[in-house]
Amino acid sequence: MPDNPHSKTAALTTAQVAHVAKLARLEVAPGRIEEYRTQLAAVLGHIAQLDAVDLAGVEPMAHPFESHNRLAADIPVDGLPIEAVLMNAPAVEGRFLAVPKVLAEGD
Amino acid sequence: MTSPTHNTPSDMTALRDAVAAGTTTAESICAGMLAVTTERNTEINAFHEVFAEHALEAARRVDSDARAGRPLPPLAGMPIAIKDNVATTLGRTTCSSRMLENYRSPFDATAVERLAHAGAVVMGKTNMDEFAMGSSGEHCKWGPVRNPWDTTRVPGGSSAGSAAAVAGGMCAAAIGSDTGGSIRQPASFCGIVGLKPTYGRISRWGLVAFGSSLDQIGPMTRSVRDAALMLDVMSGIDERDSTTADRPPTELAKTVERPIEGLRVGIPRQYMSDANDSEVNAAVNAAADAYRALGATIVSVELPLTDVGISTYYVIAPAEASSNLARYDGIRYGHRAQLQPGEDLFTLYARSRSEGFGPEVQRRIMLGTYMLSSGYYDAYYKRALQVRRRIKQEFDQAFSACDVLLGPTAPTPAFGFGANSDPLAMYLCDVYTVNTNIAGICGVSIPAGFAERNGKHLPIGVQLQANAFEEDRLLRAARMLERALAATTSAHAPRG
Repeated sequence: MPDNPHSKTAALTTAQVAHVAKLARLEVAPGRIEEYRTQLAAVLGHIAQLDAVDLAGVEPMAHPFESHNRLAADIPVDGLPIEAVLMNAPAVEGRFLAVPKVLAEGD
Repeated sequence: MTSPTHNTPSDMTALRDAVAAGTTTAESICAGMLAVTTERNTEINAFHEVFAEHALEAARRVDSDARAGRPLPPLAGMPIAIKDNVATTLGRTTCSSRMLENYRSPFDATAVERLAHAGAVVMGKTNMDEFAMGSSGEHCKWGPVRNPWDTTRVPGGSSAGSAAAVAGGMCAAAIGSDTGGSIRQPASFCGIVGLKPTYGRISRWGLVAFGSSLDQIGPMTRSVRDAALMLDVMSGIDERDSTTADRPPTELAKTVERPIEGLRVGIPRQYMSDANDSEVNAAVNAAADAYRALGATIVSVELPLTDVGISTYYVIAPAEASSNLARYDGIRYGHRAQLQPGEDLFTLYARSRSEGFGPEVQRRIMLGTYMLSSGYYDAYYKRALQVRRRIKQEFDQAFSACDVLLGPTAPTPAFGFGANSDPLAMYLCDVYTVNTNIAGICGVSIPAGFAERNGKHLPIGVQLQANAFEEDRLLRAARMLERALAATTSAHAPRG
């Protein structure tokens, strides 16, 4: 990432695209990094027009209606039965999801 | 429009009334639509799955209730198409993605549950741009959807199959989802009515999350009154979605036929751009003339931030998507890649996601991840949220001078396949629809005219917008215009 984190004018690099792909858990073939770089740079270039909007004193608005955090009634309800949870699992062992080894040697 | 195809001369309200009056049967309506689907779906590709036997059985039950004199619910026997990002226990819920190609939902979305409770029949699941990311219906795992008016052109997106199914006479109505225009733009391209309700009006429980502060489910129909009827059925608070508004279900079917006295229609100056196709601006002007003839006042209003809507949207939506789509990890459900011996868990995540998601989805995930990453958050995400507030304030100001806003739904009629292959060019198609979602207000596209291209008539929609929870005003104003333009909009039909 560049030294000045607020610099949107610095051109997006292939190294940054590879880094972002890693953060996003995407396996992008080396031959396609440049294509993504060009497309993402074009979108980021367009988005730079936001810099021209006068935002002095404007609070961010994360949600259309900012009123609430509505809580559900504190009444226990059943979750999905195990069969329903497992019916879409790519790999199952008995009543469990099967996953590859999580810890490597020495972890 | 009153006559979308020769086979389906009526809107859903008329069909429902005919079943209730005993002049036709739910089974014959359903069988007719299934026949059209069999004939046309291979070419149009609106449906990914059709539940023919289920639909006919449900229709027969309605007919038996009708014969026995039992009261019929409001959508009794009406075949409804469901966009494939809305969870149904029937069939699969794939989001038109390899990631979910075999996913079966263990529950129905609240909207589907409420439609079924109102007697509607889930007829099938419709194709869409993968994970609702697209404006053309081309980015679909199950092949591109085609526009029934001209099969060399796109139906719009992302609710592509839902729009094409309604326009092509394959169902009585459909539901879509709209994050930045995904109901209204395909409705415009396919010559139907598409309503994006106010954020919080319809529960998002069971809608596969894309941009959680922007997404809404909404009706796609042949008439404004059908949209009112479906909103009445689907709206209202849901304990399973804490963002649903604490308001009772709407009752718009009762009021939609009532014209608004002294209606003030605002036309944002920024919407009438020279960059729009000339027929699009002509349709908006003709709609304004029709309102004037009905006694409405037309006022010019300013929405100076219209042009930065796309930029704001393409920060907020990918940021939310990158977070929402993190759940697809190849572990609990969805596509899982095969690992070679010695490959680790990180590789399983990354390869499953890269094999499962198409290029546009991966682009948006990377865009969102980049903008939320350390050092960039304030420059992109926080700034976009500040602009979001300004956009909302601009709408509030405009609505102090008018009741509804009138403008184009999209800058052009339906375009050809591949015409917007550059991602940024595709994004810019949504310039008039994204701000509705950014501000959380409501908008509807209704048919308003045609453009002629290569001897084919392509529908043009106009969009009305109203402030949050003003659907009553929005749909009554839309119904006034629909009635005034009926002669124009029924002049051509998809198969004519």
